[in-house]
Amino acid sequence: MEKFTRMTELVVPLDRSNVDTDAIIPKQYLKSIKRTGFGPNLFDDWRYLDPGEPGQDHSKRRLNPDFILNQERYRHAKILLARQNFGCGSSREHAPWALLDFGIQAMIAPSFADIFYNNCFKNGLLPVILSADKVNQLFFECGATTGYRLTVDLEAQTVTTPEGQMFPFEIDPARKHRLLNGLDDIAMTLDHTDAICAYEARQRQQAPWLFSGFGS
Amino acid sequence: MAGKTLHDKLWDDHVVHQDDDGTCLLYIDCHLVHEVTSPQAFEGLRLAGRTPWRADANLAVPDHNIPTTNREAGITDPVSKLQVETLGRNTGDFGILQFDVDDPRQGIVHVIGPEQGATLPGMTVVCGDSHTSTHGALAALAFGIGTSEVEHVLATQCLLQKKSRNMRVWVNGELTAGVTAKDVILAIIGTIGTAGGTGYAIEYAGSAISDLSVEGRMTICNMTIEAGARAGLIACDDKTVDFVAGRPYAPKGENWERARLAWQTLHSDHDAVFDREVSLRAEDIDPQVTWGTSPEMVVPISGNVPDPSQQTDPDRREWHGRALAYMGLEPGTPMRDVAIDKVFIGSCTNGRIEDLRDAARVVQGRRVASNVVLAMVVPGSGLVKQQAEREGLHRIFQEAGFEWREPGCSMCLAMNADRLQPGERCASTSNRNFEGRQGRGGRTHLVSPGMAAAAAVAGHFIDVRDLH
Repeated sequence: MEKFTRMTELVVPLDRSNVDTDAIIPKQYLKSIKRTGFGPNLFDDWRYLDPGEPGQDHSKRRLNPDFILNQERYRHAKILLARQNFGCGSSREHAPWALLDFGIQAMIAPSFADIFYNNCFKNGLLPVILSADKVNQLFFECGATTGYRLTVDLEAQTVTTPEGQMFPFEIDPARKHRLLNGLDDIAMTLDHTDAICAYEARQRQQAPWLFSGFGS
Repeated sequence: MAGKTLHDKLWDDHVVHQDDDGTCLLYIDCHLVHEVTSPQAFEGLRLAGRTPWRADANLAVPDHNIPTTNREAGITDPVSKLQVETLGRNTGDFGILQFDVDDPRQGIVHVIGPEQGATLPGMTVVCGDSHTSTHGALAALAFGIGTSEVEHVLATQCLLQKKSRNMRVWVNGELTAGVTAKDVILAIIGTIGTAGGTGYAIEYAGSAISDLSVEGRMTICNMTIEAGARAGLIACDDKTVDFVAGRPYAPKGENWERARLAWQTLHSDHDAVFDREVSLRAEDIDPQVTWGTSPEMVVPISGNVPDPSQQTDPDRREWHGRALAYMGLEPGTPMRDVAIDKVFIGSCTNGRIEDLRDAARVVQGRRVASNVVLAMVVPGSGLVKQQAEREGLHRIFQEAGFEWREPGCSMCLAMNADRLQPGERCASTSNRNFEGRQGRGGRTHLVSPGMAAAAAVAGHFIDVRDLH
């Protein structure tokens, strides 16, 4: 996994609440067996005027000029500003994959849906939670200023505006540690192999039916 | 010290290791696998040179992508075909049991788990699918995970998790005739909102919940994710035990007796303390219909399309307005006046045998209305289909003008050929009415199986109780 430390990058404001994972990456693209290549289809139904299907030449598709990600000033944004309950709906990890593939590396919203929030950390995508008031302020500033950039500092747990106003944010220490160091969760868990084996040995005695297995 | 909630008990029983900050290594008893969220996980295993920790704790089935008609012809979409074949190859390579498309046990992963006795009371159950919450109806701790976590479970049989807080939703009293589990969960979501359960595990309790069949309880737990909570739970009782008894992978002999005894503790202690409690009265719940693009945008069938301008919060006003524009509805329109184009009965929410019986009772002796271009029934599994055919339900549906399909996820998420065309309006027994969920531009109204059947014969939404 990629490390996340500190970035000062262009911000794109997506002014909609309850953005669901079907909107982030529509179902037809979930047929891929890869982790990459979802970027052109991020927010596909909103971004293009024509229906999207896997395997299309995206350069030939009709862009929706009204959609925020299509506006020239936001094309190269790496920070997504969003509203409450971002990422609700399905567990598809294709949602953070699509955001990352597009170039988004951090998101700021008043709240995120649980599974999506969790999936982000597994991929080095940082979801930052700030109060609705502060997010409102950022939306206002971002809309009013072309080239609006924020600094997101994971080590310091702060978001800093171009004016130098600094907003602290909370993050789970273990998640922060893994993200800062780009650690592999599985390798860390396998350090506990003895504990897992001991748990299984105990459970096999107490609840042997849990180990009957499905065979193959 | 206060007693424990059911969630506390299940959690504590599965903690392998706990870090100082409360992050736990949680043991997973059963991992369900399907074709959409697993290929990248198996690929990750291969790249790291890892093998499954316990291959026999995994059960795989293709469901999202597969056709519901003309199975003999195979999958025509090459991208879908490759994904389904990839599941077959991965499960074969790693020694994992798969019910393939030709297996009579094939079906929607959340229907076949309980059906096979693969998911049991007291278990931790995960799957790369948010509707894994379904299995909580069996007093299991069950929740959806992403693909990285699918790989994590495959490699370690564990997950790194922080415990959710405890919420309890009471539904006391008696449901009136014609009101089902689907109406109850839609009413709950309408009350607490789609983010109301974020950060919680929700236990459902009260007389109206215990009066439900185990299948009805699955419908409730299934849509817990639509209330924002990853896990839904219902205490184990005699109905739960009877439901599990005799199923193919249920414990047998001495193990059965031991398991039954152990399952008696799977309820919240009377003095358990919840972080949040919510209460609804069963008698207040009427058949529900969603009007918008979020499951919380729901009204009773007697209600009207709400007026966004009545919303005081500007964010909500904008959200509701956008939803109505997408849905092509005018504020104040009675839901009964909303005509439909298609009907979908099925999904992990409402694709079980009781759901099909409910719908068949309504359509028996009636015809699908002429303005309805497609009404389809997609059983949740091959075994549900067989059972329905033994009962003659397929004939009731077919004689009324419904299509009787092969099992799968189908038009719940429209990854296969079953989908809405732009602007088409659907009465659907599925779980999500998001923009584009059933096809780009499609308009979904979530209802119970009986209400979907009633809409099919009327051509517009009506109170199913008027047809009884």
